Amino acid sequence: MLSTDPLSLYWLPAPEDFTSDMLAVRATADPARRLESLTAVAGRRLDFLQTRRVDTALSELARSARVGGPRLRLMMMGSGSLEHLAAGIRVGALRRGLLVDVETAPYGQWRQEILDTESRLYSFEPHAVLLALDHASLSPRLHLNASVSEVRSAVESAVADLSVLWRRIRERTAATVVQQLPWSDAPPLFGHGDRLVAAAPRAVAARLELCLADAAADEGVVLLDPPVAEVGNRRIADPALWHHAKQAVSPAAGPWFGDHVARVLAAVRGLSKKVLVLDLDNTIWGGTIGDDGLNGIVLGQGSATGEAFASFQRYARRLADRGVLLAACSKNDAATVEAALAEHPEMELRRGDFAAFEVSWGDKASALRRIASDLSLGIDSLVFVDDNPAERALVRRELPEVSVPELPDAPELFARCIADAGYFEAVSFTAEDAARRDQYAANRERRRLETTVTDIDGFLRELDMTLTVVPFRAVDIQRIAQLINKTNQFNLTTRRYAEAEVRALMTDPSVLTYAGRLVDRFGDNGLTSIVIARRCLQDGEVVVEIDTWLMSCRILGRRVEHAMLAVIAADAAAAGGTRLLGRYRPTPRNGLVKGLYPALGFTPIEAADGDDDLWSLPLDGAAVAIADHLKLIHERAA
Amino acid sequence: MNEQEVYQALNEIFREVFDDPTMEVTPDLSADDVAEWDSFNHINIIVASEQRFGVKFHTAEIESLRNAGEFVALITRKRLAA
Repeated sequence: MLSTDPLSLYWLPAPEDFTSDMLAVRATADPARRLESLTAVAGRRLDFLQTRRVDTALSELARSARVGGPRLRLMMMGSGSLEHLAAGIRVGALRRGLLVDVETAPYGQWRQEILDTESRLYSFEPHAVLLALDHASLSPRLHLNASVSEVRSAVESAVADLSVLWRRIRERTAATVVQQLPWSDAPPLFGHGDRLVAAAPRAVAARLELCLADAAADEGVVLLDPPVAEVGNRRIADPALWHHAKQAVSPAAGPWFGDHVARVLAAVRGLSKKVLVLDLDNTIWGGTIGDDGLNGIVLGQGSATGEAFASFQRYARRLADRGVLLAACSKNDAATVEAALAEHPEMELRRGDFAAFEVSWGDKASALRRIASDLSLGIDSLVFVDDNPAERALVRRELPEVSVPELPDAPELFARCIADAGYFEAVSFTAEDAARRDQYAANRERRRLETTVTDIDGFLRELDMTLTVVPFRAVDIQRIAQLINKTNQFNLTTRRYAEAEVRALMTDPSVLTYAGRLVDRFGDNGLTSIVIARRCLQDGEVVVEIDTWLMSCRILGRRVEHAMLAVIAADAAAAGGTRLLGRYRPTPRNGLVKGLYPALGFTPIEAADGDDDLWSLPLDGAAVAIADHLKLIHERAA
Repeated sequence: MNEQEVYQALNEIFREVFDDPTMEVTPDLSADDVAEWDSFNHINIIVASEQRFGVKFHTAEIESLRNAGEFVALITRKRLAA
């Protein structure tokens, strides 16, 4: 039986033979292949010394060859020493296909580093800045007999001071600020009475954490909040190491801490998983529905095991409530399963909770491919949960991009395992997230309509669509940043902008921004189209270049792109533009839109840089035709 | 676990910390003999040894160690006391 110690990263499969895996990595000459095999090793359960060896091999590779995609620069600053945590972060990021360069400020120097405009913080031009501060450096100094209101205002002013530093970083960099919530290991003064004395260290710490989290939410700062108390403060922090080397986190906890930092960075980059794919027999209920029948499976009240399965189903439903898509992937007879989901009185998940449903006798790797394509998502956005080690091994071999947790063999531990692995990390929660399950259900209805109406024009007209296009607004900023960082397929240039950069675009007078919301007879698809265009002078004429154009996959095939183009063209012409410039920057994922510009009437022009295709559309007074299948509402900035 | 077995286990730890598959730990081996043996790797050796031998070293003990022989004696003493 598997231990569920988070410090061991127990949800990852153990390496079969680490030493020979590393020898194989070193023997791989081709840099891209070597990175691939190193990524596979990083996906295994590693202790801190093994993590360091993977990190060493990774930096050797980075020094000798340019491999992988764009790298993320992370600046770490803290009250303690942080160098020893960089390896765990780099390897945790590699596990998520993300390459990170880490720079650390000398310990205790974070204020100077932020205030000094000449510091490494600014010359490094980080994409993310992690502030790993402890209570000692944040908490106000107070007399033990200070009143509640004195403590409250001292804590508030300490947090206000910190907010000023956050803003300073954001004024001078385009970085996402990641604030670690400090954890307290101060020994109690009054024991159980500590929380009754406002100025006792533990009471101050609790108030500070709350105040800090509120301020972070207001300022758009991302939190790093690893479950220290649950894992065990004493296992993570060792006072001997603090006094000896100013290490607030023991190197032994480095792989775990690094994985937590990496999942937050990956979430900021839109690399979190999106779909929880569930096997059914012995995964969401006990027994085999085909053999045991509706009354024979173990689920719900009546047995402890049955309650454990029901509790796991509730957790899956809660994840769906926050926007994680659920899919079923089971070797079963579909009708039997549908009947069980409809009729079993203790079933917490129903057919409508599953956005994709692959219940058949085929192999699971093919089923997972179909799920990804059904949902118009990449195969790497799936997490596959199966109690059967053979199925897990098969999927790991066939589809290494899919995350497959090493599930403990007890259903009461399933939910915790998935939570501990941190697959669905989110840095924000938007109205679109909460409505996602219903939107996918409505999509099924749309597909049904599509199969009954035979001509596409008729289908589109029957959808009764209204597209509302507005400039970027502060209320939409989280969703906009989410789309910019997560959309891969309908994305012409795949330029990623963090929230702070999006804010900057909103106030730039040479930039035109568009956010499109599509409503149809089945419901609101939410904010699903984004365009960023830049007005510039080229050879004496004003041209407008489409910097970014993306659409969420769930509205593909609705000819929304024609309407978006009409809006941009009208604005560009009104701004004195003579031409629209379109750019297609190929990635492994955006082949879908390679032909978009020519299909919209653009003509090719010579590309000056790299592999991009460049396109031009003259704005000669002829308005771009707006398709008549949708109603267009365009609100310009006030 | 006798002294020789402790040395063998330390060989594995040192080889992993210094990424040198041929390294041999001898009683008089000290930080002066190994270029990469800085304070950072010193902590790594201590923490890896705590995990491997199931013991806990104190601040004063970490400070007073001069060579591998003393370290092995400390580990053996701690394991006997445990």
